Amino acid sequence: MVWLWDNLDLVLGLTADHVRLSIIPIVVGFIVCIPFGWLANRYTAARTVLLTLGGVLFTIPSLALFVMLPAILGTRILDEANVVVALCIYAVAVMVRGAADAFASVSRDVISSSTAVGFSAVSRFWTVEFPLAGPVLLASLRVVSVSTVSLLSVGSLIGVQSLGYLFVNGYQRDFPEEIVIGIGFTVLVAVVFDTVLVLLGRLLMPWTRRAPRRRAVTAIAAEVTA
Amino acid sequence: MIEFHSVTKQFPDGTLAVDDFSLVLPSRKTTVFVGSSGCGKTTLLRMINRMIDPSSGSIEIDGIDIASGSAVALRRSIGYVMQNSGLLPHRRVIDNVATVPLLKGVNKADAHAQALELLDTVGLDRALAHRYPSQLSGGQQQRVGVARGLAVNPNILLMDEPFGAVDPIVRDDLQQELLRLQRDLDKTVVFVTHDIDEAFLLGDQVVILEKGAQIAQVGTPKEILANPASDFVATFIGADRGKRRLAVDSTIARSGDDVVLVDGAGYVAGVIDAPGGVLPGAGVGGTTNSRARSVSNKTDQAGDA
Repeated sequence: MVWLWDNLDLVLGLTADHVRLSIIPIVVGFIVCIPFGWLANRYTAARTVLLTLGGVLFTIPSLALFVMLPAILGTRILDEANVVVALCIYAVAVMVRGAADAFASVSRDVISSSTAVGFSAVSRFWTVEFPLAGPVLLASLRVVSVSTVSLLSVGSLIGVQSLGYLFVNGYQRDFPEEIVIGIGFTVLVAVVFDTVLVLLGRLLMPWTRRAPRRRAVTAIAAEVTA
Repeated sequence: MIEFHSVTKQFPDGTLAVDDFSLVLPSRKTTVFVGSSGCGKTTLLRMINRMIDPSSGSIEIDGIDIASGSAVALRRSIGYVMQNSGLLPHRRVIDNVATVPLLKGVNKADAHAQALELLDTVGLDRALAHRYPSQLSGGQQQRVGVARGLAVNPNILLMDEPFGAVDPIVRDDLQQELLRLQRDLDKTVVFVTHDIDEAFLLGDQVVILEKGAQIAQVGTPKEILANPASDFVATFIGADRGKRRLAVDSTIARSGDDVVLVDGAGYVAGVIDAPGGVLPGAGVGGTTNSRARSVSNKTDQAGDA
């Protein structure tokens, strides 16, 4: 603990880097998955191609990808862009499947009745399909958020600043306290991200938190009648 | 007035859902398409608002070919109510009712004010306006569905088995409500059902369909009941099993002036007034010409609607 207080600036600085670098892939994954997920849900051929591609991309070991990317992107070896791009690829790979499932989860009845009452294709997508896919999209996004925060640490092996530095440095110095602090702060970042996502979900999808209340009301009504 | 001119619909998988269908649906009347599953009745209904486009033939509304304008504009001008209500689960009741006016650009305050009035029209408590559809019972959701269908004050209301998924008591309630609404609002209603009793209750014009949307018989409930055009129709309306032919059951003791009527299978169908043992419109002891309350009262209401 003394070490933490002595090195608080370092730890907080690394935490800030960690937050900054992991937000980008989460946001990119979310945005990019929407058109791909929609395509995958709409066309069987697109689904096969996109989901297979996503599966293959996700199996590439992260360290290998970090090292390969400079050659592909023409970036410098130590550029943080390598790690960010790699994490974006993973995020998209996971989110595309999640988004395809999310769009598939929207009731066909609701889509068809929306068309029948006169939604145009575009307004139906943005005001019906996208919000109703929200709960399943959010579930995928939470997985991506946690996995991005944890994978980012690997970037420290190629010199990109993040909380992973504390693992690498602690290991090299044979100093477990530093490793534990690194793990603790990584978990903290992941938990904060997850909490923010859940709260955003409740704020933006108020109808999802209403459902349990109805069961409660029904239960009370049942008791009253009993 | 809705006119079908030689309309045929063949789906890409080869199914001939509708084969050369022609019919006039009169204005301000309820036309019911009734038939078994897969007879093409829903396809017919969905062609009216271009959810499905015919393979050949044309459909005209008040003399104008519906294919000539935009499908979205057409759909916004026609009310649509489906089974399981089809409400938007993420919008509150009031926004669901106001869906189409909001799409058409009516300002929110006006659309909401009108939506509240529509809740009154369909017999729903305004207190439900700010609930989500999942917080309502099936019958209440169906009422919201009807309110949404009426929101743009359409001349035409399409109803695709709207009461198919609610329990019999609620269904009865909703059917009576629809009859009342139709008396007040005078819409051209096109109603699809597989329930012949519902068809006879609600329809001014009943269209009995066979596979491929072939018209087995079209007419008022009374005409169909009195003269089934074919064995198929007789079977479909239950006449062949004696379900529609009623007789006085002499084995049951008479109470007051009521006489019990039974159908051909011996099931109790209802009672009829028979002051002093004389049936109305018949000679003493006559039974065959009597009009049984259980069946005829339904058709009478439909005729008045």
